[in-house]
Amino acid sequence: MTARESARCLGISLEELEDWQCCGAVFPLATDAIINLASPFRTLASAHQAGADLVTLCSGCLNVLRRTNKLVAADAEIRKKLEDFVEMKYAGERKVFHLLEVLRDETGFDQLQKKVVHPLDDVTVAPYYGCLLLRPAEDMAFDHPDKPVIMGEFLRALGAKPVSYPFQTECCGSYLSVSSVDSTRQAASAVLKSAQAAGAQWLVTSCPTCLYNLELAAESLDEPPRLVYFTQLLAHALGVDAYLEENGALAKNVMPEVN
Amino acid sequence: MKLSRDKLKSSFLQKVAEMSGEDIASCYQCGKCSAGCPLEAAMGILPHRALRLLQLGCEEEALNFDAVWLCASCHTCESRCPRGCDLSRVMEALRMIRLRGGQSPVHPQEVDEEILQRAPQQAIVSCYRKNIS
Amino acid sequence: MRRIGVFVCSCGLNIAGRVDVQKVTDAAAGIPGVVHSENYKYMCSEPGQNLIADAIRQKRLDGLVVAACSPAMHELTFRSAAKLAGLNPYMVQMANIREHCSWVHRDEEQATAKATDIVRAAVEKVRRDQPLEPTRIPLTKKALVIGGGIAGMQSALDIADAGYDVVLVEKDATIGGRMAQLSETFPTLDCASCILTPKMAEVARHPRIQLAMCSRVTQVAGYVGNFTVQITQAPTYVDWEKCIGCMDCQERCPSRLPSEFDRGLGKRKAIGVDFPQAVPNRPVIKADHCLYLQKGRCGICEKICPVEAVDFQQQEKVWEEEVGAIIVATGFDVLGAEAFAEYGYGQYPDVIDSLAYERLNSSSGPTEGVIRRPSDGEIPKEVVFIQCAGSRDPDKGKAYCSKICCMYTAKHATLYRHKVPDGQAYIFYMDIRAGGKGYEEFVQRAVEQDGALYLRGRVSRVYEEDGKIVVKGVDTLAGENIEIAADLVVLASAVTPRTGARELAQVLKVPADQDGFYNEAHPKLRPVETVTAGVYLAGAVAGPRDIPEAVANASGAAAKVAVLFSNDELENEPLIAAVDESKCSGCLWCVPVCPFDAIEEKELIERVGSKEVTRPVATVNAGLCQGCGACSVACRDGAMNLKGFTNEQILAEVEALCLMTGSPE
Ligand SMILES: Cc1cc2nc3c(=O)[nH]c(=O)nc-3n(C[C@H](O)[C@H](O)[C@H](O)COP(=O)(O)OP(=O)(O)OC[C@H]3O[C@@H](n4cnc5c(N)ncnc54)[C@H](O)[C@@H]3O)c2cc1C
Ligand code: SF4
Ligand code: SF4
Repeated sequence: MTARESARCLGISLEELEDWQCCGAVFPLATDAIINLASPFRTLASAHQAGADLVTLCSGCLNVLRRTNKLVAADAEIRKKLEDFVEMKYAGERKVFHLLEVLRDETGFDQLQKKVVHPLDDVTVAPYYGCLLLRPAEDMAFDHPDKPVIMGEFLRALGAKPVSYPFQTECCGSYLSVSSVDSTRQAASAVLKSAQAAGAQWLVTSCPTCLYNLELAAESLDEPPRLVYFTQLLAHALGVDAYLEENGALAKNVMPEVN
Repeated sequence: MKLSRDKLKSSFLQKVAEMSGEDIASCYQCGKCSAGCPLEAAMGILPHRALRLLQLGCEEEALNFDAVWLCASCHTCESRCPRGCDLSRVMEALRMIRLRGGQSPVHPQEVDEEILQRAPQQAIVSCYRKNIS
Repeated sequence: MRRIGVFVCSCGLNIAGRVDVQKVTDAAAGIPGVVHSENYKYMCSEPGQNLIADAIRQKRLDGLVVAACSPAMHELTFRSAAKLAGLNPYMVQMANIREHCSWVHRDEEQATAKATDIVRAAVEKVRRDQPLEPTRIPLTKKALVIGGGIAGMQSALDIADAGYDVVLVEKDATIGGRMAQLSETFPTLDCASCILTPKMAEVARHPRIQLAMCSRVTQVAGYVGNFTVQITQAPTYVDWEKCIGCMDCQERCPSRLPSEFDRGLGKRKAIGVDFPQAVPNRPVIKADHCLYLQKGRCGICEKICPVEAVDFQQQEKVWEEEVGAIIVATGFDVLGAEAFAEYGYGQYPDVIDSLAYERLNSSSGPTEGVIRRPSDGEIPKEVVFIQCAGSRDPDKGKAYCSKICCMYTAKHATLYRHKVPDGQAYIFYMDIRAGGKGYEEFVQRAVEQDGALYLRGRVSRVYEEDGKIVVKGVDTLAGENIEIAADLVVLASAVTPRTGARELAQVLKVPADQDGFYNEAHPKLRPVETVTAGVYLAGAVAGPRDIPEAVANASGAAAKVAVLFSNDELENEPLIAAVDESKCSGCLWCVPVCPFDAIEEKELIERVGSKEVTRPVATVNAGLCQGCGACSVACRDGAMNLKGFTNEQILAEVEALCLMTGSPE
């Protein structure tokens, strides 16, 4: 809802997909695990039936959907199997976007900047990309895999000061927070410490798992950066958060105090 | 360790190559993947060893290579490998063979209740997909 | 009627292992016109060649088919043998029953049948062969050398010492090339300047060497022995004839810019030389940074020059040279910053490449030979060297091994310890390639005497933290990841072809490999020649090379030129295209088809009845034509024919093959 309201404010209309399904959370890496592609395939095919491209707010969904999309466009055999299984026709005609890409390419960060009513006055924010947005680079083609810039530009448009720090593309430990908490904590702490050392007051992410893992790690750090989801920043900067709070879509005082 | 032609041409190796889609022979053991692996410390072993075990035809050792359960599929290795060999896919193949053989390192009943409460759906689904047969 | 002899070779077991040589010999004897046929174990050996010569004399043979290996292998051998026995060498035809038959088939019966067919076709061709005589062309005994690095200099000196004139074209304002940037050199650690600068002076002084500085070769026309080369010289804005090299201008110029020669670590002036020992010791103005040329202000150099040599009006100069041979010695570059995002090259000032490290080491460099890190000038105590940076990396960099970096990195670590005795050098490597004389010993000394710690594995990441450069690598021998908080990181970046190498290759019509290094005519047997006659290679233009190797093949290329110039005339292969002017309609389709620009239009004056008329026809330049045959295929009138491979001959061969008398269904 934060995203939809923000987008509406920017003149983009986002429609929620009627019968959406979980993307499956992980892209299956084994060449014969075709069945695991059924749910992302179904999501893509539904979007196609609805005559629209897909926009996601989550790095994980983007990763799974974009890779599935590429695979079905390139591999006729797998496509056939999925079509038969799901009983829907789809050959990769649609595009899958991350909201950040839409903001950059459709709205334009300069236009976004003009719509900002509560600029994040010079808060230092660490953009955290993690893995899923960027890798594998050939499949995702999202940004430079080692030197990404899109989140930094987004933050600048909102009036924040992005900080650059070496761990912005490192892994947070991913789903291991369920099966091996300690290893996740280790990986996520390294990210937080790196951001902290670079002087970040906040850290922004676009993946719920990253957010959770970083929260876990933050518990054992002194004054860790505040963790926020990128749509929260967007909603706040565009001034739609008050509306959202009233409607219960955004918990009160989620946003850290700006100055 | 004893080596022989048969050991180097087993059907198990063939299966790993097919399931991963990777050419095991292409790895020249430079270790760049291990050097960048964010979970290497937790694994307690360099992950590129998995490829070496396969190159040497060590089926049993490869199937006991428990670091596979700690691979987060983050693709950091793949993004730097000079030989275009995707170790995360090889890890997945080894994991799948074990999962399909009935092994499951994670049992839903045993997962901490608090984690299930707090963790996002995405993390839980991912974990189950990677760890439950 | 031709009297043809067929000689079938067993090539040890290479042919006889699959093909029944005796059967082929017998079948050949039955072909009309064949008056002699025999086989032998090694036809190319002396006894084999004698068999042929005897048969030519005794049986008065006037055509030969040698059924053996590929013509690329031994055509010349058998043609020479025939010539010695008094037969025109172009009456010899090879039937390739090895590469085209015995090596590629398994079934003996079928292979034998196919070999017979191949021989039959060859006989049909020889039946229609005509004796051919080579044409003779004069040659210009002056050489062009492109590139004034150590290789180009060595070639120029050798050719000049042999008594021939040389034009040496160098794109920069000084000769010396990369070697001028080096400090000491492996494996003996003698200082690069001490062995290079005297040679540079020798080149400049040599009466037979003419230097064309700040110049490039922009066009090449002609052929071996007779090239016309266009040279374009960029303006230097200083009249070098007048200049006395006092360098007052450099002293007083107010505009500074990062020195490319010092890999950006030091500054230079807008007017001046790259380094004090530059040859010729003459300044140039870097137009982009000159206040006068950019903004019309300043002009100090012009005012103070005691001999009024500064000339802001100077223009590009273009001229032509006639030369008989060309040596390309344009050397190499190293991979740039875009390749190493994970190593932070281009992002952190203390991550530098190996050439920059050479400049830090050099007593004429920006730190006068003291190892200081670029960020703050401190002396680094922990230095990490990363080998194979971009090399042996088919996925993200270059697939090949850059060959020189193992050695110069060992040198770098050694020199570092000599200068910073309490410092530690770490070297990440994958294999150590130290194949030269004294090389392995040199590397071992770096380890044992100079304390270099070799770590076997690649580095995954380099980043800055707390004022240190953190290097995350692995030592696969220990089975451990390694983290080093370093003060300086040096990348042994992959050797690449010179920027612009591909464009020059096109001008010269020499092929380059997928990476852009120039191809040798034969990687083993003709390493300094190219497939274009008269164009030779020296140094790193053909692949990564160290100095001894570059010098060796520079001398090799020079020797090839000297051999060429020892002739007063050149013999040209007669296997070239010829126009039947009576059939040529003058459409000139063949002109654009010819890859060697060998065909031109000519006005033919003919008598029709009582009138004289002119009409255009094609004509072939015998010097340029390489006998590829493209024109004869393109010609709609059937007027263009390749001598020795006429349309009639090819058809006769095809017809013979179509009979397939020998082959089973
Ligand atoms: C860091 C480093 C350290 C090294 N240390 C050693 C060592 O210790 N010992 C050792 O044996 N070797 C060493 N080498 C290798 C050595 O530098 C090369 O072997 C040598 O420079 C090759 O000489 P070259 O003449 O072929 O090429 P270059 O030195 O590259 O010279 C080529 C010349 O051609 C000119 N040129 C290029 N293009 C054109 C054009 N289109 N028109 C006109 N001119 C052109 C260039 O300006 C240059 O002057 C080292 C190399 C590096 C990178
Ligand atoms: S980075 Fe690639 S080549 Fe190097 S050890 Fe890992 S998988 Fe093998
Ligand atoms: S010479 Fe050595 S460092 Fe250079 S690419 Fe080859 S193996 Fe690597």
